[in-house]
Amino acid sequence: MATVHFTANLRRHVSSASVESTGGTVKAVLEGAFAANPGLQHYVLDDQGALRKHMRILIDGEAITDRHHLSDIVKPTAQVWVMQALSGG
Amino acid sequence: MASKVMVSTRKGLFEISKGRRGWAVSDAHFLGDNVTLTLHDPRDGTDYAALNHGHFGIKLHRRDKGKKKWKEITTPAYPKKPETLVDLDGWGKPVNWTTQLIWAMETGGPNQKGTIWAGTMPGGLFRSTDRGQTWELMESLWRHPNRNKWLGGGADIPGIHSICVDPRDPDTVRVAISCGGVWVTKDAGETWAQSAHGMTFGDGPAEEVANPETQDPHMMVQSPSDPKKFWVQHHAGIFKSVNDGVTWTQVKTKPSSFGFGVVVHPKEPDTAWFVPGIKDEKRIPVGGALVVTKTTDGGKTFKSLTKGLPQKHAYDVVFRHGLAIDDTGKKLVMGSTTGNLWISENGGEAWKLVSSTLPQVYAVRWV
Repeated sequence: MATVHFTANLRRHVSSASVESTGGTVKAVLEGAFAANPGLQHYVLDDQGALRKHMRILIDGEAITDRHHLSDIVKPTAQVWVMQALSGG
Repeated sequence: MASKVMVSTRKGLFEISKGRRGWAVSDAHFLGDNVTLTLHDPRDGTDYAALNHGHFGIKLHRRDKGKKKWKEITTPAYPKKPETLVDLDGWGKPVNWTTQLIWAMETGGPNQKGTIWAGTMPGGLFRSTDRGQTWELMESLWRHPNRNKWLGGGADIPGIHSICVDPRDPDTVRVAISCGGVWVTKDAGETWAQSAHGMTFGDGPAEEVANPETQDPHMMVQSPSDPKKFWVQHHAGIFKSVNDGVTWTQVKTKPSSFGFGVVVHPKEPDTAWFVPGIKDEKRIPVGGALVVTKTTDGGKTFKSLTKGLPQKHAYDVVFRHGLAIDDTGKKLVMGSTTGNLWISENGGEAWKLVSSTLPQVYAVRWV
């Protein structure tokens, strides 16, 4: 199973423990993480289900390319990181 | 009578109360987070706070009466955008159907306990009838074909910043949009009509300057004591209506008619306050002197109020929700982009500095 990790900045706002998740795509593994962490989805995805503008998802160190439909392939052994940029005053 | 102020800032929500030593910060919430707006509901004592986490989106929190803790509640969210829909704003840019700012929050009518309205960027108006547990997008306005004429003004995208629920009939609601004019429903949101006729920009192509669909009201208020009367601080000056917003006429004053906020006296419809600045690409007080302008005769004459306000090298900007009046009409509060907060207890004649060290102030509300 793929493991999905979240950065500490997100944990400040909402429960976002790392989870083992099955599924062949980013969308599918995120759904597993959201099921384990109620309220998390709206922090990571926008109203349309797309990745929020300043968020990044890395699969084994590589950034995903489909930020809208989240269709990038996730291998069963993959390490998936959900991260954000930090900016602003 | 209002005894407390909620101050929404770039780095938290601050409560201001009057103690033995005068007005001071008495409590702080969401420290470090971007709090953009609050609402106090006098019908049930609930407080609402809108946050903008940037990366993590817009969130809404609620504090029940008498409680200390805030609880995250549902944020107004847009429905799925149809995949094949080409939806462009007035600039021709694709509209992102995602809540990007809660720019207005108001309570429904006195007998509509639990009903609150929220205006957002990119232009959706939402209503909740259950204290923010669930939200309904006003589809009738969102799907109005003229919505595609709306465009961003100072911001990149359009938004609803003013909501006036008519004190005579809560099914009549007017909203003001930067930049999309003024819209009115008289049937609780079933149908909507443009209501910014008479507003004009000072500059631009002749066919566009008076187009109500793209007017940029910065803030709109309705007189509680004579609800057919409205005041608008517009991008191109001050406008008033004495006929339910059917027509608007321009009002001019010195040192400037440009600004963001406006408040109207709760009992005197012809008395209103503004915070002027140099229009519109500069947005600083004229001559570095911060003043509040006040009319008591419906805009025929204005007085510049300066007592207690900095008159040298002041570069404070008071945003549209940064000026508020209490229900007596005597107490005003004003917070600025440079973190200054002033309170007046005599209708703006004299101001007292409460803090000069707050984060950038977005909004103030009397509680």
